[in-house]
Amino acid sequence: MMAQIVQLVPITRVHGFGAGAHGTSDAFVRNSKSMEELLSQLQTHIDKVLCGGGLEAVRRNRSRNKLLPRERIERLIDPGSSFLELSQLAGHELYEESLPSGGIITGIGPVHGRLCVFVANDPTVKGGTYYPITVKKHLRAQEIAAQCNLPCLYLVDSGGANLPRQADVFPDRDNFGRIFYNQAQMSAKGIPQIALVLGSCTAGGAYIPAMADESVIVKGNGTIFLAGPPLVKAATGEEVSAEDLGGATMHCMVSGVSDHFAEDELHGLAIGRNIVKNLHMAGKPGMMNGMPNTVSDYKDPLYDINELRSIAPIDQKQPFDIRSIIARIVDGSEFDEFKKLYGPTLVTGFARIFGQSVGIIGNNGILFTESALKGTHFIELCAQRNIPLIFLQNITGFMVGSRSEANGIAKAGAKMVMAVSCAKVPKVTIMVGGSFGAGNYGMCGRAYSPNFLFLWPNARISVMGGPQAAGVLAQIERSNKKRQGVEWSNEEEEKFKSRVVEAYEREGSPYYSTARLWDDGVIDPADTRKVLGLCLSASVKQVPEETKYGVFRM
Amino acid sequence: SFSASPESKEKQCIEKILVANRGEIACRIMRTSKRLGIRTVAVYSDADKDSLHVKSADEAIRIGPPPARLSYLDASAIIQAAIRTGAQAIHPGYGFLSESADFAQRCEAEGITFIGPPASAIRDMGDKSASKRIMGVAGVPLVPGYHGEEQDIDFMKSEADKIGYPVLIKPTHGGGGKGMRIVNSPDEFVESFLAAQREAAASFGVNTILLEKYITQPRHIEVQIFGDKHGNVLHLYERDCSVQRRHQKIIEEAPAPNVIPKFRSHLGEAAVSAAKKAVAYHNAGTVEFIVDTTSGQFYFMEMNTRLQVEHPVTEMIVGQDLVEWQIRVANGEPLPLNQSEVPLTGHAFEARIYAENVPKGFLPAAGVLHHYCPVPLSSTVRVETGVGQGDTVSMHYDPMIAKLVVWGENRNAALVKMKDCLSKFQVAGLPTNINFLQRLTNHWAFENGQVETHFIEHFKNDLFDDPNNAMLATEAYDAAKLGATLVAACVCLKEHVASRESGPVDNSLNSLWYANPPFRVHHLARHTMELEWDNEYDSSGSKHLKLDITYQADGNYFVQIGDNKSPGLEVKVVPLADHYFRIEADGLITDVSLAIYSKEHTKHIHIWHGKHHHHFRQKIWLKLSNDDASQHKPSFEMASHPHGTVVAPMAGLVVKILENDGARVVDGQPILVLEAMKMEHVVKAPCAGFVRGLKVSNGQQVFDNTVLFSIKKVEIPP
Repeated sequence: MMAQIVQLVPITRVHGFGAGAHGTSDAFVRNSKSMEELLSQLQTHIDKVLCGGGLEAVRRNRSRNKLLPRERIERLIDPGSSFLELSQLAGHELYEESLPSGGIITGIGPVHGRLCVFVANDPTVKGGTYYPITVKKHLRAQEIAAQCNLPCLYLVDSGGANLPRQADVFPDRDNFGRIFYNQAQMSAKGIPQIALVLGSCTAGGAYIPAMADESVIVKGNGTIFLAGPPLVKAATGEEVSAEDLGGATMHCMVSGVSDHFAEDELHGLAIGRNIVKNLHMAGKPGMMNGMPNTVSDYKDPLYDINELRSIAPIDQKQPFDIRSIIARIVDGSEFDEFKKLYGPTLVTGFARIFGQSVGIIGNNGILFTESALKGTHFIELCAQRNIPLIFLQNITGFMVGSRSEANGIAKAGAKMVMAVSCAKVPKVTIMVGGSFGAGNYGMCGRAYSPNFLFLWPNARISVMGGPQAAGVLAQIERSNKKRQGVEWSNEEEEKFKSRVVEAYEREGSPYYSTARLWDDGVIDPADTRKVLGLCLSASVKQVPEETKYGVFRM
Repeated sequence: SFSASPESKEKQCIEKILVANRGEIACRIMRTSKRLGIRTVAVYSDADKDSLHVKSADEAIRIGPPPARLSYLDASAIIQAAIRTGAQAIHPGYGFLSESADFAQRCEAEGITFIGPPASAIRDMGDKSASKRIMGVAGVPLVPGYHGEEQDIDFMKSEADKIGYPVLIKPTHGGGGKGMRIVNSPDEFVESFLAAQREAAASFGVNTILLEKYITQPRHIEVQIFGDKHGNVLHLYERDCSVQRRHQKIIEEAPAPNVIPKFRSHLGEAAVSAAKKAVAYHNAGTVEFIVDTTSGQFYFMEMNTRLQVEHPVTEMIVGQDLVEWQIRVANGEPLPLNQSEVPLTGHAFEARIYAENVPKGFLPAAGVLHHYCPVPLSSTVRVETGVGQGDTVSMHYDPMIAKLVVWGENRNAALVKMKDCLSKFQVAGLPTNINFLQRLTNHWAFENGQVETHFIEHFKNDLFDDPNNAMLATEAYDAAKLGATLVAACVCLKEHVASRESGPVDNSLNSLWYANPPFRVHHLARHTMELEWDNEYDSSGSKHLKLDITYQADGNYFVQIGDNKSPGLEVKVVPLADHYFRIEADGLITDVSLAIYSKEHTKHIHIWHGKHHHHFRQKIWLKLSNDDASQHKPSFEMASHPHGTVVAPMAGLVVKILENDGARVVDGQPILVLEAMKMEHVVKAPCAGFVRGLKVSNGQQVFDNTVLFSIKKVEIPP
């Protein structure tokens, strides 16, 4: 099979590849303006969560000589290095009370040159207790660490499970207990588990340092116990201070629950950095980069990456060329397209991002049988060559209708889903527009465990579009009514439809998604290239595995 | 044993010189020797094995343990070294054996050329009263006075009247100013004389008194002379060395300021005739005069029979190499110039940069030169030094780090250059007098050339920090805040680069984590830095500066100070060579320099910006393996000393123990005497009580901050 490779270096900015964004066109101006509004709305939400649990809680935290979780991370990562924070808006409008960032900060950053996953409780948010979404975010961070083979640093300062919500926190498979299960599994795989006890670490939380490979505890602030003084008094009548019950001195000198004694928090963080420095990973091929296919001399895209803010249409019905996004993401705007003329609603091709070779799959319209087959083929190619995959989702779904069904669109879609599910290469998904229906599956939605998944602020995610759903539901409702012999006026039908559309609108919003951790965060389109680079960097630390597919329906 | 005949020795040129000295002067002598194609031999004590003068020599010989009396003052060891290496000549430098007539004689006896005057001249001039007598006979003016045995009060008064008031009354024995009286008018004489006699008798057991003219505003002016073995003597003009502290010169210049040509030639002639008539002199010498600025009279004080520390200022104005002259004269050559050929061009200054603690009364300091970056050299800027970065300024010897010598077309031009060089002369790791020299050279009276020996005492209010000057404290604090801001920006950049360079380079993606500015999701990266700083104008203790740095999208740093959030300053930093950075802040572009080292669990950060040099400390949270191990660590942590504990104020030798352990003492009572370099320091009881834990003994070496003893307080009943 002959792949048609086209080098797409534009001759001029306007006429060449990627010139989808016309600086003076109406659409460009309209989109810029809308994106600006979306971003400023996003920034408002972000600014709120960056303040943690409010002024009073922050003041109380400071008075105990404690830093905020993001400040703690700043002191742990290498000076001046980047930090890829995940799911900043987790818990957004999820509960009656606000839960900034879900009460836990997670992300990836380098310590002594080694990428680590950070999981930091925010004690200013409900005492650092675990809500259901907190647990989910913690587990997601561990999932990334396990998938990418990255050491874990737990910055513990938590009251444990949120007791009023224990039913949604404690018992299920992916609940609190899974945190320790993951620690055990990762430790068994040789992924370092390090706990820094910077505050309280009560009840179940006590197992985080106890299960860790190495742990640090800070004098005065750090405490570890299964039950705090009040519970001890209630249970046994014993009266004991928190420091005596589970302080640094006791745990470092008597119980051995903690390994390193820190004079204060900054000392504790310095010890944490030192522990990572001393991780001797030589001879652990799993920690080496198994993706040597990189070049160190790369070029920036030829186009201004800030124009990404103006490209994605706010109106989902407006089509746009996904190549205009690719042109602003990849090195030198060079994209070697694969099978360009076949199944053109799916764009596939090879490029580099910060020197790392990648395969890009982007939507340029509805998925037809040919597009799905092309996508499957391309995924197989990348898996065989160990090339990480990047999915740029803007998909309304697979084509419907009798012709499509007869063409076996279900079969074609299944092949793509099979390929996506089984390809053992790093995958990163960015939703740059709509993500609807089975298209979400074929394009590596959350269920397909991409290493990372991010949304643009204009993204929409739902099983289908609101108006389509309203149409379907109205038809069903109308026939129900008819069967019951009830009259349904057009007015009532419109009202019914608009309720459905409204619900879809709300639930399809990126905030609704990110609050529930259906993704790893909402990003500024202009940051896409950087985020992709950081994600790839974090993802290629493992030895590539051989891909084995299941049975393809032919 | 074989010995050459006198004739052949006379003709033989010096081909190899042993330099019986250390530090900058040894390096200086070797430099000229090398230029002349003469091989050099260094001598070293155990403390100096790796020092610059050893590295600069062709060969080096160990001569003994660190104390000078066992090494650099050990004449036999040095002569043995010369014999062993076959050096035909010994250059003694200054200090140590340079003015030892015995040493010069022993050299001659061994057939080694002593590069200096004949032993007889050294001996004659070495005895202060003998030298004055000789000079008086030769007609060189002496300070008018009476040194006779007749002590009758009326006779003495008539002598005093003859001398003219003010007159200084001084006991012939003793010293330290005890019994000294200044008599301003005839009617004060009797009372003062009797009081001085009483005090002398009580203090020294002898009550003989001498009289001398008291010079109220003296200047110390000395003339460089040179003689050859053919009877020629000439002078190379004068130097003014009036500005002194602890009776040691700290800044010298040539020619002397505010001197008319006629006075200059009188002075020169007097010096030449002193050398010529009084002693059959050859080689380099200096005739020191005291000049009465009120009368314009000058008087002979003493003659130094060696090359002086401050000889470079003379070299700069006459354009000659005096070490070369010394060697040529030692070779028997005639002087290369005659008096009328000696040029006098421009003006030169020399500032002596010392490791010393200025606020503690110029106490000598010792330690490691963690950062040493002198000014760039040129035809008009010289730096004479015997140390390099990383070297230790040892407690065994003179704590001079370097001599900074500048030349200008005239005094103003030279002074401008000196000030500039001082502000750029970078030393970090131990306290220095650079800041003090800057103040001195910027003082209006110094700028006007109004120098005199009491200059520092006279202007002490201007020259020393008032530890409680609120206005200056605020000014200094503001400057320090700017310094800290620049430090924050530079350190951020430096650490950023360091972490990028130490990270794995296997993959281009890795460098992405160290991009500038660092990436954050929807916010800017921030960093906090805590610095400690001591305000010299504020005795209330060190200041804590908390800096918040925000990494701007354009790679600049936005720095705010304090919790109340100062307006902040946006700083752009471009790294230049080494530790230099170009800063752009608030429209101003300037270069700054940083020095960073760690010592005793603390990171020290120095910055030189504009005219300022600031020193900040930062806590290190972990003990670093690269923490300076060469530093002499005090045996106890300083901060943890209980009340009443007395530590050594400097490194030095215990020379006298005045009270035994357990003795009851009063507040301020002297307990023991330490000696470091050229000075004694009395350690006193900080309060009344009993001496406890006094474990040091006579002759013991102690380090800076070593615990000497403690005083257990006693409550004295009223």
